[in-house]
Amino acid sequence: MPLIEAKNLSKSYGAIRAVHAVSFTVDRGEVVGFLGPNGAGKSTTMKMLTGHLRADEGVAVIAGFDVADQAVQAKQHLGYSPEGAPAYGEMTVREFLRFAADLRGLPDAAESVRKTLELCRLNEVAAQTIDTLSKGYRMRVGFAQAVIHDPEVLILDEPTDGLDPNQKFEVRRILKEMAARKAVIVSTHILEEVGELCTRVIVIAKGEVRCDESRDKFLARGTDLNAVFRQLTA
Amino acid sequence: MSSSEKSPSPGLKPFTAMVRREFAGYFRTPLAYVFLAVFNAFAVSLAFFVGGLYESGIASLDRFFLYHPWLWAFLAPAAGARLWAEERRQGTIELLLTWPITVWQAALGKFLAAWLFLACALLMTVPVALTVGWLGDPDWGVIIAGYTGSLLCAGACLGIAAIASALTRSQVIAFVTGFLACFILVLVGYGVFDELLAGLIGSAGVDEIRRLGLWRNLEPFTLGLVDVRPIAYFLSVAFAGLGLSTIIVERR
Repeated sequence: MPLIEAKNLSKSYGAIRAVHAVSFTVDRGEVVGFLGPNGAGKSTTMKMLTGHLRADEGVAVIAGFDVADQAVQAKQHLGYSPEGAPAYGEMTVREFLRFAADLRGLPDAAESVRKTLELCRLNEVAAQTIDTLSKGYRMRVGFAQAVIHDPEVLILDEPTDGLDPNQKFEVRRILKEMAARKAVIVSTHILEEVGELCTRVIVIAKGEVRCDESRDKFLARGTDLNAVFRQLTA
Repeated sequence: MSSSEKSPSPGLKPFTAMVRREFAGYFRTPLAYVFLAVFNAFAVSLAFFVGGLYESGIASLDRFFLYHPWLWAFLAPAAGARLWAEERRQGTIELLLTWPITVWQAALGKFLAAWLFLACALLMTVPVALTVGWLGDPDWGVIIAGYTGSLLCAGACLGIAAIASALTRSQVIAFVTGFLACFILVLVGYGVFDELLAGLIGSAGVDEIRRLGLWRNLEPFTLGLVDVRPIAYFLSVAFAGLGLSTIIVERR
């Protein structure tokens, strides 16, 4: 059974068709790079998968649970970091992660927080309020709340956006460490990320899937990935 | 796959975590202390300087509670403005709605925390009651009834504030709309406003509408009359507000 299933997902905002009949599945051990220009429907698709947006049509299934009908069970298996990694700015990093752990009803919340601080290398800022953190740390806090319960499904909306090369490297390192046990979707504009991180690529443009293939097949489309991208999303 | 065994039922833990965070959230900014100070300053000075609590020479708090609908109409929307507007502004609503807690649990947790905060503000006025007790020999049952009524009145105003907060990402807009809606409920039942209304819809209609005024429902409590109708009124406004705000958040 795939851990993530999108079946015919569609969503319109008024007259604007944001996502149209998007279908794919993601298995354990896969890291899917979700590519597409701005406004292509990447975030909307992710929001429907995570249950934040209700799909007009179609079904999203996480770890076997329908996100609309069995929302709480589906969400227990899901870690999600929305675009821009929002967090309660007035809380300290430790308080925020403790809240995330408690809200998820984790049996040993204190231990989960300790491990996550370690994993995401947040120990040195654990006592700082999130508002005072640099962008790199903030993104890592967003990532940390998504992995605190060691979920089987991880959905990350532009987790490396705005990070410097060292910080990007760090996020990719953590992701690679845990990817084998999970099904992961990562949206990005950064084409180089595909080669380094992903096992599979889905390109989406104008709300439709334009290409869904293995990393190697995608990379074999041409040496100039930017040209490949332009051609696929035209 | 071990997914279904891995997650034992979390029970009440997520809900209590929600209430704790929201309640503590008030005290993370200086706003809470400003709020408590303003509430106390106004509650006390309105009772003594405008209501003439001391000059009346009567050991009773009805002149103190008389102004509570005004206070709550202003301060419940101030405390309730952040409920959802702040989640939208920070984008954290997307986290909250993708964490394994239902919107209803989250909404109830937020609401109870805010109500508890208003209760703290009210509790800080207990010295007023003690002063009256020291000066005279008040009926403590009546005073306790008055406090109960005031707390219920706060809940009703908070219900309205919750709707206002669910509709916007701006705390300022949430506060202003919440205040205006509560303000109308304060005005209902006041002579001048009723005459104005009677001119528009006739005096029979006004009688019905008067029942919806905040003071009209709080007054019996301040006289020591704990009746089912005003309790039902305050609680239905509070829970209608809670329910409607939850539906608004869910629909978006």
